[in-house]
Amino acid sequence: MKKTALSEEILLTVEKPARYIGNEVNSIVKDKDKVDVRFAMCFPDVYEIGMSHLGIQILYSMLNTFEDVWCERVYSPWIDLNKVMKDLNIPLFALESQDPVKDFDFLGITLQYEMCYTNVLQVLDLSHIPLYSSDRDWSHPIVIGGGPCTYNPEPLADFFDLFYIGEGETNYRKLIDLYKTCKSNGSTRNEFLRCAAGIEGIYVPSMYTVSYNTDGTISSFEPIYDDIPRVIHKAIVMDLSDTFYPTKPIVPFIKVTQDRVVLEIQRGCIRGCRFCQAGMLYRPVRERNVDLLKSYAADMLKCTGHEEISLSSLSSSDYSSLKELVDFLVEYTGSRRLNISLPSLRIDAFSLDVMSRIQDIKKSSLTFAPEAGSQRLRDVINKGLTKEIILDGASQAFLGGWTRVKLYFMLGLPTETEDDLRGIAELSNDIARLYYELIPKSERHGRVQIVASSSFFVPKPFTPFQWAAMDSRDSFLKKAHFVNDCMHEQLNSKSIKYNYHEADVSVLEGVFARGDRRLSKVLKTAYEKGCLFDAWTETFNEQPWLDSFNECDVSIDFYTTRERSLDEILPWDMIDTGVSREFLKREWENALNGRITPNCRAACSGCGASVFGGGVCYENKA
Amino acid sequence: MKIRLKFSKDGVMKYIGHLDVMRYFQKLIRRADIPIAYSTGMSPHQIMSFAMPLGIGLESDAEYVDIEITEPISSKVAINRLNDESVEGIRVKSFKLLPDNARNAMASIFAAEYEVGFLEGYEPDFSCFDILNEMYNEPCINVLKKTKKSESVVDIKPGIFSFSDSGKGIRMCLSCGSVLNVKPESVITSIYEHMGQKADELTLAIRRKEIYTGSQNELISLDMIGTDIE
Repeated sequence: MKKTALSEEILLTVEKPARYIGNEVNSIVKDKDKVDVRFAMCFPDVYEIGMSHLGIQILYSMLNTFEDVWCERVYSPWIDLNKVMKDLNIPLFALESQDPVKDFDFLGITLQYEMCYTNVLQVLDLSHIPLYSSDRDWSHPIVIGGGPCTYNPEPLADFFDLFYIGEGETNYRKLIDLYKTCKSNGSTRNEFLRCAAGIEGIYVPSMYTVSYNTDGTISSFEPIYDDIPRVIHKAIVMDLSDTFYPTKPIVPFIKVTQDRVVLEIQRGCIRGCRFCQAGMLYRPVRERNVDLLKSYAADMLKCTGHEEISLSSLSSSDYSSLKELVDFLVEYTGSRRLNISLPSLRIDAFSLDVMSRIQDIKKSSLTFAPEAGSQRLRDVINKGLTKEIILDGASQAFLGGWTRVKLYFMLGLPTETEDDLRGIAELSNDIARLYYELIPKSERHGRVQIVASSSFFVPKPFTPFQWAAMDSRDSFLKKAHFVNDCMHEQLNSKSIKYNYHEADVSVLEGVFARGDRRLSKVLKTAYEKGCLFDAWTETFNEQPWLDSFNECDVSIDFYTTRERSLDEILPWDMIDTGVSREFLKREWENALNGRITPNCRAACSGCGASVFGGGVCYENKA
Repeated sequence: MKIRLKFSKDGVMKYIGHLDVMRYFQKLIRRADIPIAYSTGMSPHQIMSFAMPLGIGLESDAEYVDIEITEPISSKVAINRLNDESVEGIRVKSFKLLPDNARNAMASIFAAEYEVGFLEGYEPDFSCFDILNEMYNEPCINVLKKTKKSESVVDIKPGIFSFSDSGKGIRMCLSCGSVLNVKPESVITSIYEHMGQKADELTLAIRRKEIYTGSQNELISLDMIGTDIE
């Protein structure tokens, strides 16, 4: 019978004990005496969030195909169990074996958003692993970070031994082999780290020193040995059809955020929205073969028993075989009483037709993400969505029976004026008015419902806006209140609901997104003050964060509201994503001049990603 | 065709609550490709109903779920397929075709049998069987029943049909259903109270042994109804 790391008394007193017991369908249990390497793969948030993440499922399944490796999962214990584990000094454990993480060879932590950083420290702390890389020896796991936040890993540099920059399918085998060699031939841990720095995509923060100018900007960033690379090239899978796919995903017992089969149809995005980090990081667009996707879909539905499947990509409408795939899925799921949930597709005749076939129109809503309220500002951010396209999509939808529309905007975009903000309210009003013009009174069932939501813009590394100034918290809130007032002035304001995100969290996200190594002490201080689960409204507490910045004498504004000069050394400059700095500069200038850049299929803009030798860059050049 | 499934719930599965067990079975039945019938309407769901929820922390030898299938499938094949697709801790033990006029499991339950033991280190310094025996000689066994709105005193004696010493603890057959529902924890709590002590429910190891229909004079376990499909 399976053992549990936690006693029955603990499991019966914490919320949702199923988070901590493992044993799920398709989870993998190996004989620990027959493997050489134990890998703990961690998503530093609560189980229900972590279990919904496709990247972990991919790496988990892939690592477990290696006979000499057993990869298990670790999530952040929720605050109730966190307290119990600290009080009773119980070490954090992996779900499958329930063994302590500190006895593993590797602890991999995926970094999906900045607000999980205190949870990273929690995982190390609860595991009884020294927080600082420099305090660890061979008896501790190698702590490795991955995921989008590793494109600027500097705020976490002191806590990690390695960062894996890029797509995990490529170089884990090499890294594990190197680890086995170094462990058996008497190398020191530091020698292993030094050798690992030679593997493509592996960044070893302790092998570099940073010095600063008197104004706080970076003056130099240097490797400490000659054989340590100056530039870390992201690792990338060029043939997505030939790569690994987790066709036996784990099925959680409790309801998780993504309680369905997820089919990743492509990576990257052709659109080139200038605020979007993912759209720049994952270039070039690479599609998966549609026939393979069909068989994956059938296999995964069969071996999970899930009743729903959903497609995953940055912009599914741009997948070239979308119609063929969706037609197949509608047919396959329809005959088996399963459901499809479609990601936000571009609203057009095709998507409306599909949606009307698979969901109850009365209950579903349409989603548009204009991101900015005026055409001028949409051109600045290169969001190729015009008012005409939105109104045309909405009118088709209203005539088709839909009555609910969701709109997503950002506040604080570069060059934004009051006119742009007012545009958000006006666009919302125009859509509502369109409904009342199109649908005669006798055919209406109450009001049209427009829900407009805005988030605050956070400039991210490796985007054309990486140099831009970010708004202050007060400025964000002023803008949100202004938009709210404009909404009330609209003729159809009763049909419009406006929500905006929290500003304090956005500011912190902005600090860490473009932060440097000096932030690690702020992070540690905040964690020691009890900050944890900062991505959760119910647990986020701003004051200890502000106190931590004060105590460490670190300025928030230096990282947020300061516009960087184009020749400043940025903390993430050692990373090469394939997209050139020249392209980003060009795009920043285009943005300031309101010039749009065509998508990758319409015309190549020479971003640099063609260096990888495949994907959309070579689509019609066979 | 109505089918009654019997399954056991052991080990770490005791931490999975009733709603999640229902979701687990929906997925299990799809994985095992059991030809389950669906309700009609806009959002069809599997026709499935559980006899009696089992609380978190309890194990069981005898959980029951009734389903409806659209075509016959051999009981043996169905059991094998379900167990091949199941996790450690959930074992399907029988798969029987119910007569057309059979009442569903939930409506027909009358009693349930439990074995109550104690976690290591939490054994009482008295015999629960001896004490209950003593208490049973009194005209009634009153327990305080708390609901969100009120408190009331309930006599559970008529709901304790039988009990015996199991060696490690006590085995009891208790009334359940809509008339008088007696939980094993309530009986243990009143035994402790009788001894002037306080029971800690977290330290009990409770296992449901069987669920019965019928009457006090003729208890029929729920899997006695129905027949195997060849």
